[in-house]
Amino acid sequence: MIRFDDVWLKYRHQDRGPGALARDVLRGVDFKIPEGGFRWLTGPSGAGKTTLLKLIYLAEHPTQGRIDIMGTHAARISRRDAALLRRRIGVVYQDFRLLAHLSAYDNVALPMRLARRAEHQVHADVTEILRWVGLANRLGALPDELSGGEQQRVAIARAVVGRPKLLVADEPTGNLDDEQAGRLMTLITALNRLGTTVIVATHNHALVSAYPAPLLEMAEGRLTAHG
Amino acid sequence: MAKRHTDPLGLHSVLEDWMLPVLVAAMSFLAALAVAGALASTVLAAQWQNDTAAALTIQVPQPGAPDATGNATRLAAVQAALQTMPGVSSPRLLSADALNRLLAPWLGTDAAALGLPLPAVITATWNGPGPGDAIAAALNKPAPGTLAQTGVQWAARVTALTGSLQTCAAAVLVIVALVGGALVALATRAGLAQRRETIEIIHGLGAQDGDIASRFASRATALAVTGAAAGALLALPVLLWLAALAAPFSGPPQLSGLQHGLAGLPPALWTALPCLPLAAAVIGWSSAQLTVRGWLRKLV
Ligand SMILES: Nc1ncnc2c1ncn2[C@@H]1O[C@H](COP(=O)(O)OP(=O)(O)OP(=O)(O)O)[C@@H](O)[C@H]1O
Ligand SMILES: [Mg+2]
Repeated sequence: MIRFDDVWLKYRHQDRGPGALARDVLRGVDFKIPEGGFRWLTGPSGAGKTTLLKLIYLAEHPTQGRIDIMGTHAARISRRDAALLRRRIGVVYQDFRLLAHLSAYDNVALPMRLARRAEHQVHADVTEILRWVGLANRLGALPDELSGGEQQRVAIARAVVGRPKLLVADEPTGNLDDEQAGRLMTLITALNRLGTTVIVATHNHALVSAYPAPLLEMAEGRLTAHG
Repeated sequence: MAKRHTDPLGLHSVLEDWMLPVLVAAMSFLAALAVAGALASTVLAAQWQNDTAAALTIQVPQPGAPDATGNATRLAAVQAALQTMPGVSSPRLLSADALNRLLAPWLGTDAAALGLPLPAVITATWNGPGPGDAIAAALNKPAPGTLAQTGVQWAARVTALTGSLQTCAAAVLVIVALVGGALVALATRAGLAQRRETIEIIHGLGAQDGDIASRFASRATALAVTGAAAGALLALPVLLWLAALAAPFSGPPQLSGLQHGLAGLPPALWTALPCLPLAAAVIGWSSAQLTVRGWLRKLV
């Protein structure tokens, strides 16, 4: 499902022009997650968790090494197919990335509309998932009118509304209280049981112990534990 | 993380939405004038050319003197020769009155009174081949010193002039198209920079480059078409006015100013003007598409 083969990554140092390279952020990362698997991704801040997730959801290219996502060699994929593949990956970004000019409803509807789903289907799925994350009465609210935790729940709803084959969540409980975090985990484990491969980056050790699953542990750009 | 464009000067707002149509309107206005100029010069040149090339003027000095054979006057001999000359038709001797009228600006109202030895002037129509050099040679046998001139050389000059006018107009059109395309590209880039976050997010959610590009392209096309249509419409009164000015040289006489203008506009212009918004649509659409697709390539 996901396979990293000696993956290295340096971010281009953007401010010093293209080509100028900074230090390695990922250094020889190797792992596999089988289809339908669940992994926690942990490690100190700056270890490279978000960077690793970006490679999975095709927002970065590795500097070196090979990545396979859903059986596709990521470096060989056309732009068109990359877009189609992204539609099958649900992403909860660490910084939410909601569109500020769209309501909660329209933000969640966006991936379905991009996939050209029928509007009645969009309506049914979007209202259901927003009800599930406890936002049934905030459908029309703009992101700015929502609390941090509410925004995060909109971001989660957007990630799962299309029933993705792969769910990538970057610190999805950072702004949630324990009860909301619990609800989210119920949602995620339900999806996982239905066959979605899941990888969740978190600093929340209580959550990790409450939902035991194999751990990918990072430090300074390397995997220090895998399994 | 994507590169952040810091734009403390707010340069991206240099090209507001209203600016694109206004600038495109200016471009379209210029294009309308250039097209009209090229078409009008073609029409006028065609008229002038026929008239000029066909005009044959013959001057016979000392018309009353005997010709080479001594059997007739030089004028009669020339007239007789013209009757049978191939390519020459309807020769007509200008009367003394007509001649006086022609010469009045230079010699005053009664040239005859000055006792100047005026040549006889015959006008005719020349539709033979070539510039008609042989005419003078043939007429010089009975009446040496006879001059004959066709307008063929003048016509060639008119053709050359028209050609250069059309080249200028074509150059204007090319420049207008390039500047128009560049304007659309600039406005599109400004739009992309403003909506960078949004585009990155939509791209991440699986939008195709084509989806994003066609959104920008339809907007750019709409703005460009609006501008071009406005520019072409604004050019119309100016063109009518110019055509009214040019009417004495082209259209039929005895018409009012507006009728002059309408009659004076080359018919092809009524096809060309609606083409300007069409051209703007093509240029706007393709420029925006290229710009957006090029920009999106920077996203992974
Ligand atoms: N766009 C970027 N350009 C350059 N360096 C970057 C960029 N994004 C992240 N980095 C650097 O890469 C390293 C890893 O960052 P990353 O965001 O992957 O860490 P993380 O493990 O997700 O941290 P956190 O737990 O705080 O979210 C950091 O040192 C960071 O400064
Ligand atoms: Mg992170």
